[in-house]
Amino acid sequence: MFLQQLINGISVGGIYALIATGYALIYSLLGFSNWAHGEVAMFGAYIALTLVTRLSSPFLGALAFGILAAGVASVLNEKIAYKHIRDKGSPTMFLMIAAMGISTTYQNGAMVVFGPKFQMFPSMFDVTTIQLGSVSIGILDVISLITSAIALILLELLVNKSKVGLGIRTVASNSYTASLMGININRYFSLVFLIAGLLAGSAGVLLGLKYSVYPTMGNVGLKAFIASVLGGLGSVRGAIIGAIIIGVLETFVSGYLNSGLRDLFTFGLLILILLIKPSGLMGVDVEDKA
Amino acid sequence: MSGYWQEIFVLVGINFIVVLGVSILTGFTKLFSFGNAGFMSIGAYTSAILTTRFNVPFLLAVLAGAILAGLVGYGLGSLTLGLKGDYFLITTLGFGECVRVLFEYIQPVTGGAGGLSGITHYTDFTIVAISVVVAFIFAWTLIHSKYGRNLTAIREQEVAADAVGINTFKNKLLAFVVSAVYAGWAGGLYAHHLTYLEPKIFNLAKSAELTITTVIGGLGSLTGSFLGTCVVTLLPEVFRDLSTYRMLLYGIAVVVIITVKPSGLYGYKEFSITKIIRWFKNLSKRTSGTVEKGA
Repeated sequence: MFLQQLINGISVGGIYALIATGYALIYSLLGFSNWAHGEVAMFGAYIALTLVTRLSSPFLGALAFGILAAGVASVLNEKIAYKHIRDKGSPTMFLMIAAMGISTTYQNGAMVVFGPKFQMFPSMFDVTTIQLGSVSIGILDVISLITSAIALILLELLVNKSKVGLGIRTVASNSYTASLMGININRYFSLVFLIAGLLAGSAGVLLGLKYSVYPTMGNVGLKAFIASVLGGLGSVRGAIIGAIIIGVLETFVSGYLNSGLRDLFTFGLLILILLIKPSGLMGVDVEDKA
Repeated sequence: MSGYWQEIFVLVGINFIVVLGVSILTGFTKLFSFGNAGFMSIGAYTSAILTTRFNVPFLLAVLAGAILAGLVGYGLGSLTLGLKGDYFLITTLGFGECVRVLFEYIQPVTGGAGGLSGITHYTDFTIVAISVVVAFIFAWTLIHSKYGRNLTAIREQEVAADAVGINTFKNKLLAFVVSAVYAGWAGGLYAHHLTYLEPKIFNLAKSAELTITTVIGGLGSLTGSFLGTCVVTLLPEVFRDLSTYRMLLYGIAVVVIITVKPSGLYGYKEFSITKIIRWFKNLSKRTSGTVEKGA
């Protein structure tokens, strides 16, 4: 029972991590919390679902297209709203308000276009479970665990080992100086939004497969956001660790206490960590943030 | 006034009181709170439970709700106002959601997710009108007092405000408590207007709507907040058919306003008749001037 809950928790945490790392990446570059990030995941899930149910496209192709659509949506958010605000030199707080507006737009746009109903993907995988000794794990949990693990390892390699990653880290360290050194920072901003969007899209599709697709499913972004705060805003590794902690905590509270109390524990943990260590577990710089 | 318009007025009035609180906090100190629906919830539930279970007079119950919201605001503010920008916002967000989940959980007291019904309809036109006037006058006086100027200083440059000797923490706490009291107050009125409460009325979307209203009206303007409240409350009433698109349009409006004209409808300015008269005088002077030139 304990081991099974733990594995479920890690699997949920993996999905949160896909979104949380996007938050962390964007925060490390632009210094603001992109509230519309969860909605990007929702968008990807809806696109994939529509392709599968309405146009009966091949399943994996539809999922891939949904993930891609989320990436594009994320870049468009940046190009349409955030870039203008940055160019005007407005305070970063305005980026956050814009993100809030974008989030409201996506949620209610989905409500108008797709309706408020919870929609399911046609079942592609049998609800079989894998037996490992006394532990039985759903096949979807295994798939989502493997997918998020691969995506997160790729992200780690990209950020820390490649030349592009070096560029990202440079811009994150100081975008103004980076621009003086001849780095085209706007290209890196777009790139980071694309990566974050693709990761969020994968999370959206996985969540859609596991549970269902509905207009406010982007609120999962809130959990991911808490995870990235827990790990330290702006730190990609911190976001992954934070996400897994939140995922495990949630499954354990639901499993052993009461599923109604799940959110209370998550938010309580958030407030607690902010009071004790506002920079989070692996926060980069505390100076001007808390 | 017909019953329909009275109803609308009551709604605009109640919303305006909460938005005034948010406006004092956000427009004048640039602290964003996503927890004001939580304070509203505290005020609403406290007053409703007092009137239904303990037969406390209506006005006293609303007062108790507002005071309790203020006290909770004081506690939360003391703990979290040391945090900046995003972090403060996140804690208020967490607080608002905690209140909602907690009220859903303590069913014997609040009726849980099923809701609390059978609240007497006390909130009428007169009470809301008086409340709005009192709330506005107090807010106006506060903003134009020494405290208000301190708050503006914090908004413009917190470090500088700190350097010239303004106790930024205490002033921010004052703004936060006032916004909590306003939310609790409006919550009490709302409970006895709706006669039915559910924790999810005061969810994150409600908090977001309050902030959106303040931004649309214009940060740093009390009269702008009134304009914002009218727009956000009245438009869906006027365009009934558009009600499904309501929040969609608000979302788009916020994005457009913040990218094109970040100050909102009436940012950093107050509505004043004398200024409008002056503007018209200048206009007539200008037009007559060109006429003379032409002749």
